[in-house]
Amino acid sequence: MSEDIYKEIILDHYRNPRNKGKLTDSEISAEDNNPVCGDRITIDIKLEDNVVSDVKFDGEGCAISQSSASILTDMIMGKTVDELSKFTKDELLEELGTPSLGPARIKCALLSLKVLKIGTYQYLGTELPDDPEN
Amino acid sequence: MSQSNFHDIKKDFPIFSRKINGKDLVYLDSAATTQKPNEVIDEITSYYKNCNSNIHRGIYSISIEATELYENARNTIAKFINANSPRELIFTRNATEAINLVANSWVSANLKKGDSIILTEMEHHSNLVPWQIIAQKLKLKLNFIKIQPDGELILDNLEDLFKDSAKFLSLTHVSNVLGTINPIKDIISKAHDYDITTLVDAAQSVPHMSVDVQNIDSDFFVFSGHKMLGPSGIGVLHAKKNILENMEPFLYGGDMISNVSLNESQWNDVPWKFEAGTPNIVGAIGLGKAVDYLNNLGMSNIHKHEQELYSYAIERFSDLKEFKIFGFENKNSTGGVISFSYSDFHPHDIASILDSESIAVRAGHHCAQPLMEKLGVPATTRASFYVYNDESDIDKLFDGLQKVRSVLT
Repeated sequence: MSEDIYKEIILDHYRNPRNKGKLTDSEISAEDNNPVCGDRITIDIKLEDNVVSDVKFDGEGCAISQSSASILTDMIMGKTVDELSKFTKDELLEELGTPSLGPARIKCALLSLKVLKIGTYQYLGTELPDDPEN
Repeated sequence: MSQSNFHDIKKDFPIFSRKINGKDLVYLDSAATTQKPNEVIDEITSYYKNCNSNIHRGIYSISIEATELYENARNTIAKFINANSPRELIFTRNATEAINLVANSWVSANLKKGDSIILTEMEHHSNLVPWQIIAQKLKLKLNFIKIQPDGELILDNLEDLFKDSAKFLSLTHVSNVLGTINPIKDIISKAHDYDITTLVDAAQSVPHMSVDVQNIDSDFFVFSGHKMLGPSGIGVLHAKKNILENMEPFLYGGDMISNVSLNESQWNDVPWKFEAGTPNIVGAIGLGKAVDYLNNLGMSNIHKHEQELYSYAIERFSDLKEFKIFGFENKNSTGGVISFSYSDFHPHDIASILDSESIAVRAGHHCAQPLMEKLGVPATTRASFYVYNDESDIDKLFDGLQKVRSVLT
């Protein structure tokens, strides 16, 4: 692992996070944290006709977890609930452009996806798998 | 600096001859675990090559040799902490297992519903979670000695805590996050006035300063071998002999018995009645060697060396903008640990970027989440020193921290 993980896109979203904040009347809303490092992410999603019409994330943590959340919110705008439930970690990691994330930091990168899955499964009323982000 | 003892010391530790990303390893995570000198590594190899066998049972030469090496290690370590007798020293897997042993044996048998256990807010999870479980099982109360922001314990109302049906006190000698040295001798002496039995978690003190269990007068005293140049998987429980003799074993099986029939058994003498099954023989022998190595350096020299490094680091880091050391105002510190925040950079980002320079620091809550809450941060970055660190390590950390700023801003 090296500073190579701090790609321009990550640093850009870290310095200027997109879709940061809260939504009050959201249909999907979830929070989770990474107990190892204290990263915390909430995601609120507003749906119109089963399609993401607005999304905000909030939280605190390292550059990787926060920029990943920011990037993820950009990526899911306009997607259907079904697409959210099928969203893969590879799609997110590809966008992050960091294939070399080691086992210690991958959890930071995937925390936002985990929160998205928790919220989506809750909304759908289906049981959450053991590692929903994988 | 005690140059004679510590000059060229990195040569004793083979890991420092390795390059990582083409750079020398700057190891600043000794509070988590320490590197091992050749003496310890060679002793382990030699045991397996020359006298590997099971102890306490064999009639043949190599088993007798192995038993002697194992029991000699017990003597060496007992002397190192000035135990009254080597029979007061039980080998465990680590400090955590020693605490669990006391919780499940002595505390389980001697505390009852409504009694309270006193802990502090600066405990490592290893000296918190076992007590939470025992407290739930036996319906005990947990009460906490609070800390002030500089990392010292608040001891004004100690007697109020002790009066409140307290029967057991378990506290850390040195904080793994802040390096604070607690005045355990005074606290234990007051606890004994109230007939409270005491345990000291010495995982962060025994490696860094000279300790004397008879002077401290603790009833139980625990530490881990891997934090003091020894191998992992070996730790120590020291307890007063009369306590051990009246205490039930924690694990049952071979080696801990004196006589077994189909329906009942009698226990071996202490300490062996607490060492069921084949123990970590080579671990104990390796830890004995590590203690020899520390004795050669001298514990007071080690303490002084770490304090000199700490002072040098403080001076060096005073140039860094927005750099804050937790527990900085606390004068009563080992000097082995610097926990810090650096601007609003997250500790994991700091540690990742330092890693690219082959600098190993710890980022996170350091297994002390309640303490992090008290400090008002989710995590800190921690650099911790040991015998093999020198000023060049601190210079490299300083350069690394400047790189962190340039990458993240």
